[in-house]
Amino acid sequence: MNYAAWVLDALLLFPLLAGLVILLSPEHLAKRVALAGAVVEFLLSVPLWWMFEPGTAAMQFEVVHPWVPGWGIAYRVGVDGISLFMVLLTTFTMPLAVLGSWNYIRDKERAYYALLLVLTTGMLGVFVALDLFVFYVFWEIMLIPMYFLIGVWGGPKRIYAAIKFFLFTFVGSLLMLVAILTIYFMVYRATGVQSFDYHHFLRNIEVVRPFALLLFGAFFLGFAIKVPMFPFHTWLPDAHVEAPTAGSVILAGILLKMGTYGFLRFAVPFFPGVALHPTMVNVIVVLALIGIIYGALVAMVQPDFKKLVAYSSISHLGFVMLGIWALTVQSVEGAIIIMINHGISTGALFFLAGMLYERAHTREVAAFGGIARVVPALAAVLSLVALSSIGLPGTNGFIGEFLVLIGSFGEYPWATAVAATGVIFAALYLLRALQRLIYNKFERPELARMPDLSVRELLVLGPLVACILWIGIYPRPFLHRVEASVEALVEQVHQPEAAVAQARTPGGEQ
Amino acid sequence: MPASVGWVWLVVLLPLAGFVANGALSLLRPEAKRAVSAIGVGVLVLSFLIAVGVVGGVATAAPHSPYVLTYWQWMPAGGLEIDLAFQVDQLSAVMLMVVTGVSMVIHIFSVGYMGDDPGYARYFAYLNLFVFFMLVLVLGANFPVMFVGWEGVGLCSYLLIGFWFENNAFADAGKKAFIMNRIGDFGFLIAMFMIFHAVGSLSFVEVFEAAPGTFEVGGTTITLITLALFLGCAGKSAQIPLYTWLPDAMAGPTPVSALIHAATMVTAGVYLVARTNVLFAIAPVSSFVVAAVGAATALFAATIALKQWDIKKVLAYSTVSQLGYMFMGVGVGAYAAGMFHLTTHAFFKALLFLGSGSVIHALHHAYHATHRHEDAQDMRNMGGLRRAMPWTTGFMWVATLAIAGVPLFSGFFSKDEILAMTFVRGHDAGAFYVLWMVGVVAALLTAFYMTRMMLYTFHGPNRTGEQERGHLREAPWVMTGPLLVLAVGSVFAGLLNLPAILPGSGWLHHWLEPVTEGSAAYLPDLHLGSDTEWMLLGLATVVAAAGILGAWNFLKPAQLKPAREAPVETGIQRVLLRKWYVDEIYDWLVVRPVMWMSDRAFWKVMDVKVIDGAFVNGSATVARALGWVGSRFQTGSVGVYLFLFVMGVLILMRAVIR
Amino acid sequence: MLLGPSLGVSAILFSLGVAGVLLRRNAIVIFMCIELMLNAVNLSFVALAQQLGREGQVIVFFVMAVAAAEAAVGLAIMIAIYRHKSSVNVKEINLLRG
Repeated sequence: MNYAAWVLDALLLFPLLAGLVILLSPEHLAKRVALAGAVVEFLLSVPLWWMFEPGTAAMQFEVVHPWVPGWGIAYRVGVDGISLFMVLLTTFTMPLAVLGSWNYIRDKERAYYALLLVLTTGMLGVFVALDLFVFYVFWEIMLIPMYFLIGVWGGPKRIYAAIKFFLFTFVGSLLMLVAILTIYFMVYRATGVQSFDYHHFLRNIEVVRPFALLLFGAFFLGFAIKVPMFPFHTWLPDAHVEAPTAGSVILAGILLKMGTYGFLRFAVPFFPGVALHPTMVNVIVVLALIGIIYGALVAMVQPDFKKLVAYSSISHLGFVMLGIWALTVQSVEGAIIIMINHGISTGALFFLAGMLYERAHTREVAAFGGIARVVPALAAVLSLVALSSIGLPGTNGFIGEFLVLIGSFGEYPWATAVAATGVIFAALYLLRALQRLIYNKFERPELARMPDLSVRELLVLGPLVACILWIGIYPRPFLHRVEASVEALVEQVHQPEAAVAQARTPGGEQ
Repeated sequence: MPASVGWVWLVVLLPLAGFVANGALSLLRPEAKRAVSAIGVGVLVLSFLIAVGVVGGVATAAPHSPYVLTYWQWMPAGGLEIDLAFQVDQLSAVMLMVVTGVSMVIHIFSVGYMGDDPGYARYFAYLNLFVFFMLVLVLGANFPVMFVGWEGVGLCSYLLIGFWFENNAFADAGKKAFIMNRIGDFGFLIAMFMIFHAVGSLSFVEVFEAAPGTFEVGGTTITLITLALFLGCAGKSAQIPLYTWLPDAMAGPTPVSALIHAATMVTAGVYLVARTNVLFAIAPVSSFVVAAVGAATALFAATIALKQWDIKKVLAYSTVSQLGYMFMGVGVGAYAAGMFHLTTHAFFKALLFLGSGSVIHALHHAYHATHRHEDAQDMRNMGGLRRAMPWTTGFMWVATLAIAGVPLFSGFFSKDEILAMTFVRGHDAGAFYVLWMVGVVAALLTAFYMTRMMLYTFHGPNRTGEQERGHLREAPWVMTGPLLVLAVGSVFAGLLNLPAILPGSGWLHHWLEPVTEGSAAYLPDLHLGSDTEWMLLGLATVVAAAGILGAWNFLKPAQLKPAREAPVETGIQRVLLRKWYVDEIYDWLVVRPVMWMSDRAFWKVMDVKVIDGAFVNGSATVARALGWVGSRFQTGSVGVYLFLFVMGVLILMRAVIR
Repeated sequence: MLLGPSLGVSAILFSLGVAGVLLRRNAIVIFMCIELMLNAVNLSFVALAQQLGREGQVIVFFVMAVAAAEAAVGLAIMIAIYRHKSSVNVKEINLLRG
């Protein structure tokens, strides 16, 4: 059977099976089985890179199975240029997450690794779902394992953090469910077809025009909390600090992307009129700017390294939101590249935070200092990753930020200028942390025998570093694959706008 | 295209290979110093030789438009086409020679200077990486590729300033340099965005071709673009108001100061203005701002240099001041003159830094031998070193005479040309006369403070200490050899661009003509009558002589006391010593408010109290309060529950049964 | 037939049950009062089945089955509580107080 027809089914089903096998295997083998499962999952997904047809914006690898025909619910999945890299990022991150948990997780290993794999299915489902009902189901599915990962294997305030994470996301997603059902019933009434099909919604979205603002608001809240945008961001630092290393990596690397992905896939294409309404644009762009600057400034004063990285995520995702809302080909491509980058660089930063924690049993930046002499390789990798997060040209960070900013500049020059100051603040908080972690005087004799990176840790960080340089030096394969989808999105969203503008000018073009 | 130009990728790639090899050695076998030296210096020598071939190719072909070598598509997105491409033309050829040549010499010097350092391999790795990025900067064929080098050299500068990172102040200095540069880079970014949206391209060739048709002379867009670009230059080349990082950057090893913070990286801003000369020529206001900021910086930094005791700080402020001259040059439209001063300055300032490095090296070893902890960079601890270090003294004097502008030395010609061009511009706009006068005063101060430095360091009685005196030694040949090479350059680099009144004049000017001709149409004819020329040359000679002789007569090195016993300065001397308190002012005006706002206002109040406290936990508290009210009915007593239950049933029955 | 008196007895029994449930403190007695109410209802079912068809008698068996199950669970709970508290007085069992 050809690959395109079964790959998405396999990608969604395999982690569940692997999770089951982990539950049945002995405790000490759990992580090995999990690693094997995650690697196989990644290998399954790799051919997507080549099989994906770059020139078209159409959904590829599409699979449909009827599920609840009576209500028009079908299991419908597919991949386009926007979701392709989210899928690959997910499958790429999971083996690293398993490896990164190798020594960190000491109890209830079976449950932990099984949850990781269930989480994989949930996250992949969100990215490939083309049926709104299925999308919602996966959206909730991925919430549950994450809740347990934070709540069971987290730090001292884990219960608070887990509940906060759950409630924040849940509030948003319930409103989103209401919106989905509203669209469903209104489209059903207008067309007589019962279907949660994404494209069906998209084709008939005109019928919900009277409620577009409310519906957009519901989607907006659901996704904005996930992004997270200021002022819905306070769950993030808590969740990150309390989560185990792999939890933070997945949270930052993949879960946060669901918000911005949701905007790109659903909120903006469904409601272009609302999304591009000047007032809405002002509000969202200002919130994005606040996210960029505020996140960076607050990151600067964090004593806890993980919290610092968490706030820096808010700053990075602010760039993504700006890029999405500028809605030019460059800015949206840049936004997608930042989404990938953030998964790689911030993921690596969280891994490094975990590695430092495993060595010194603290995440306080002030508790380190001068360790570059003790652990030169770790210091070198930390420097490189921090620089990529700063957006140094030659690393992936620059490509994303540059494209977003250059794309946005034509639409919102002043906002872009303000956003560009983010590059200064990024240097400010990361270099400050870098200096206090690995430079300065070495004053902690108890850290003198800290081991440098082990082979396992190199296996975790190596692929991430390789990606940092690859995307920085030769991003074309990435840009090439997203281009058609982005162009289609931009054109489709601007179309109704242009039509309206034309209708307003009396006599059209004469 | 000559075949040798096609090899330019190798010039760039060799230092990168050196970085990879030395970086690996620094992690795996840091003690393999011979291998590190061989790789570190070897790649530079090869790179230099190939660069000579490339430049030779340019010289023989004398192309009218640049050679653009495209390697791959870097960022293709929608209408944006950015290739990874290098551009070889007359301007990048000059920079290619300066960068590879001076780098090679300084790499050789470093073998001696850094020989005892445990971080030897790491040092050479960083230095190689720096050369790689610097070459990317000068060879980039479009703004973004240039920006890669632009930020890359900033990174290396950061790494090398903080090379001895165990000293917190040094690590601070590195961070400060990076962040100040980033402020400038913000301007560079904004300029790129504006150019792209105005022209639709970022490649040099296309932008410069389209610029005359796209922008109107003195228009708002082009003025903003060039001002933003100049913000980038001010950061990288340490001009007012972003200059404060450069003096602090002296925390790095001295060869680094010579290479990065004198000869190459800090001149990148001048190179950028020269590269974009078409854009600046269309924006006369920006050009004037460039010249004015340059002149102001030249004077301001020179005043601070008058009173510094740290030998490297003197040279640092001198560098800031000389960079000001270069900006004056490119600001008045004399792009060749700016590049000329850049080249001569690369020789004599690198020589001064390396010479000071060999002095510091000697003092450091002397204090090390007697286990005394004194400042090896403070001139008050020096004096009379000419007896112990005759070669260094001689070379340093050559460089001093060059920078002071003594006739026939290279600095005389290059500085004079800038001042002359500024003077010429005064014919149409009187403000340029003011700039010219500022420049002349700064030249006087330059001659004065450089002589002061020489006097205190090499002449008069020695103040190092009784026991230490015997340990002062001339540096080994691996360090004095490079000094000799640079001294030759400091003397003869002036031949590159002799004034019009001398035979064989203006060679560099003609060489750069293909690059600068686009801007010529917008500039007045910068021609100088030979009477005026002689008058200006004579004035420059008088100024240099006055500065040198003034210092020689007024300063009394015999009355100086070693740093430890020296009295505290008061009045204007103190203000100069503390650098006009600019660092303190920045700290109070910018750093502290931002930190306070981030910590108190944003994090501890906005995030923790308002959003999390009032809204998030507030809603949780409301929910809990409602739950508490409900829980009051849950007495736990079965009797009460049953009673309520029966009551409920009765009420329901009453409601149902009518 | 005997419909009236049967329903009357049923009502009296039911009221006794309600009163017992509300007034008594001993959990066993409360439990027996509940059984009393169930049987009062059973009685009405049987009586009414005479007139309205057999379904009422079927319901009676259903109620008895539920009552048996309830007795099993309820008594088990009470024994557990007695072991824990040495008492089956409902006044003292207020673990659910909010």
